[in-house]
Amino acid sequence: MKIVAVCGAGIGTSVLLKMNAEKVLRTLGLTATVEATDIDTARNSRDAQILLATPEIVDKLRGLPSEVIAIEQVFDLAEITEKLSKAML
Amino acid sequence: MSLLDSALGAGSILLNQKATDWESAVRLAGSALESSGRTTAAYTDAMVQTIHDLGAYVVIAPGLAMPHARPSEAVLETGMSLVTLAEPVVFGHAKNDPVSVVFSLAALDHDKHLELLSEFAARFGQENFVNTLLTCSTEGEIRALLS
Repeated sequence: MKIVAVCGAGIGTSVLLKMNAEKVLRTLGLTATVEATDIDTARNSRDAQILLATPEIVDKLRGLPSEVIAIEQVFDLAEITEKLSKAML
Repeated sequence: MSLLDSALGAGSILLNQKATDWESAVRLAGSALESSGRTTAAYTDAMVQTIHDLGAYVVIAPGLAMPHARPSEAVLETGMSLVTLAEPVVFGHAKNDPVSVVFSLAALDHDKHLELLSEFAARFGQENFVNTLLTCSTEGEIRALLS
């Protein structure tokens, strides 16, 4: 399973999302590779099962073969836990 | 010294500033990155442009914005700047407006700042950290809080 966190530049919001997603996966006992990247790279690589992004970015990820999950609050581990476990379990 | 503390170079912390709108707040944070020697003016323009293009997604938590742009020649050294606002400004975010703390980020590449962001996440993942930060009235208090 490959999860990619996406933001405009691939260095800020996406990295925070990736870190918190990894934390959640550890707690849930799930294994997946999590990467952080920018919108263009995510659109071109198309190899993730799940894309994580904030709602503003989700619109830019339409039409890709991945499940796109909108995370409203990057620091809200409960929200990430709920949405990731729904997608993965 | 924490990574956060060293990411904030001399001149990178501006407290109790006045900004008329989100763009002037981001430009203040950009000028603080410039004056601390981490970026050129082109990086400030790029941070503003990113928000024009993609919206207010840099408002990552209630009251907190982390403007940033892609690594480029405009980044001289990885660093951050911190601006606190006397009056909060609206960025246009659905949930996290208005913003009182602007913590800009400049990264040389995609890897070297990961531990720095990990420290950042550990601090701002704490409940009410933005409010705690806003109670600081001197740079020394801010640096102590982030160390």
